[in-house]
Amino acid sequence: MLRQASRLLARRPRLAARTRPFSTDLPAADQTADATFTEAWSKVIPNLDPPKTPLSFMQPRPPTPSSIPSKLTVNFVLPYASALATKEVDMVIVPATTGQMGVLPGHVATIAELKPGVLSVHEGNEVTKYFVSSGFVFIHANSFADVIAVEAVPLDQLDANLVQKGLAEFTSKLSSATTDLEKAEAQIGIDVHSALNSALTG
Amino acid sequence: MAMAALRREGRRFAPLISPRPITAVRSSPIAPSHEDECPIGVRYISTQVVRNRMKSVKNIQKITKAMKMVAASKLRAVQTKAENSRGLWQPFTALLGDLPSVDVKKSVVVTISSDKGLCGGINSTSVKISKGIHKLNSGPEKETQYVILGEKAKAQLIRDSKKDIELIITELQKNPLNYTQVSVLADEILKNVEFDALRIVFNKFHSVVSFVPTVSTVLSPEIVEREAESGGKLGDLDNYEVEGGETKGEILQNLAEFQFSCVMFNAVLENACSEQGARMSAMDSSSRNAGDMLDRLTLTYNRTRQASITTELIEIISGASALEG
Repeated sequence: MLRQASRLLARRPRLAARTRPFSTDLPAADQTADATFTEAWSKVIPNLDPPKTPLSFMQPRPPTPSSIPSKLTVNFVLPYASALATKEVDMVIVPATTGQMGVLPGHVATIAELKPGVLSVHEGNEVTKYFVSSGFVFIHANSFADVIAVEAVPLDQLDANLVQKGLAEFTSKLSSATTDLEKAEAQIGIDVHSALNSALTG
Repeated sequence: MAMAALRREGRRFAPLISPRPITAVRSSPIAPSHEDECPIGVRYISTQVVRNRMKSVKNIQKITKAMKMVAASKLRAVQTKAENSRGLWQPFTALLGDLPSVDVKKSVVVTISSDKGLCGGINSTSVKISKGIHKLNSGPEKETQYVILGEKAKAQLIRDSKKDIELIITELQKNPLNYTQVSVLADEILKNVEFDALRIVFNKFHSVVSFVPTVSTVLSPEIVEREAESGGKLGDLDNYEVEGGETKGEILQNLAEFQFSCVMFNAVLENACSEQGARMSAMDSSSRNAGDMLDRLTLTYNRTRQASITTELIEIISGASALEG
């Protein structure tokens, strides 16, 4: 293994050309890894290097400024892509469970769960709308907003006919459901489809 | 014993022929007794044996080169997915911080490994780190359990920690990895395992030659509350207003579950990338090794061939000179 390691190191320059810099990740340069953890580790397991923790791979967030900043920084992430990464916008409207919530710079720190609905991002005069399935939104005191959704599609990619069909299908499933689990699943389907419907019409 | 004496006698008759003992391929079977090309008294490998070995080494070289290509193409496919999923866990760490040294009663180590082998040392590294975390979190009233993903970690951990294993999940990569599958998996784990803290051990993919073992900690909502009340790193969690839901606890519960599935998704993708990268390096060094071995065998083969030709010539010439003289 060590013999191979030296060989691999010698070949590194050739393979380095193949690697691409990762935009959403930072190397563990001088991030403050959890010191207590590394100390405790080296006491108990002296032969092995301690594993890294996520904190060392993240860019630290700026502290809360004293005056309200002019722009809101939004991170909109999905499992398959980061739709918006640290984008500076004027306002976002998120579909929280308690209703549509508008987020402006200087919003109070909040954790909110999302229900299926429309998320709109307002930047100057342009508005981008997405339909999100559900997720969470964290609004931090330093005017950073993190929206984490499971699925999000731009509104123009939705097909009205399929939405109607889906709604009818789930309504019939609800009426024919016997167990609680089936009822819950059918209810979820109805919720999502009616939200889709109102997104397309409203 | 008798054979050795005979051999010594034979060597006295043919002092000119003293081929050097073949050091390069010591492990191959040396069987001079049933080959025509080496007369009794002279010890060297027959060319047939060397030729067979050369053929098999060449085949191995071809196979490992092909495996490297396959791993490279699989890596390209998974790498984009893994890169895109990197934004997923960052909001959670930004909100809830990262507390690997949190003091909890029941911690569960989720070890992510591969199903297939020939991928270098990444699975052993993951298992060593998991065992290290187990040791770190052992003490009075504390217990650590394992949840294992992947065959390789199962094989290693089942030997000495069988009683600590709660769940074993294999054949993860049968279908291409997607979030739905991982969230179902996370659901299973959350349903069947009680935990105060979940520690997910995986290999984070930095580049094709560098995989960093990483541990991500996900805390249960009760521990989050406890840490928030006691101040410290999670102290400002109380400043956050919680919208919706009946109670704050309900939202925190959903949050913890969502965090777990997101972190798992990223971890599984990163580990898959690391596996393919490690396999590429392993197969690359293997084909390089095979190439070196082939060179050495070719030299041996040529030496053997030339030695047997020389022997024949000497016999003929000494026979002819014996007739004349």
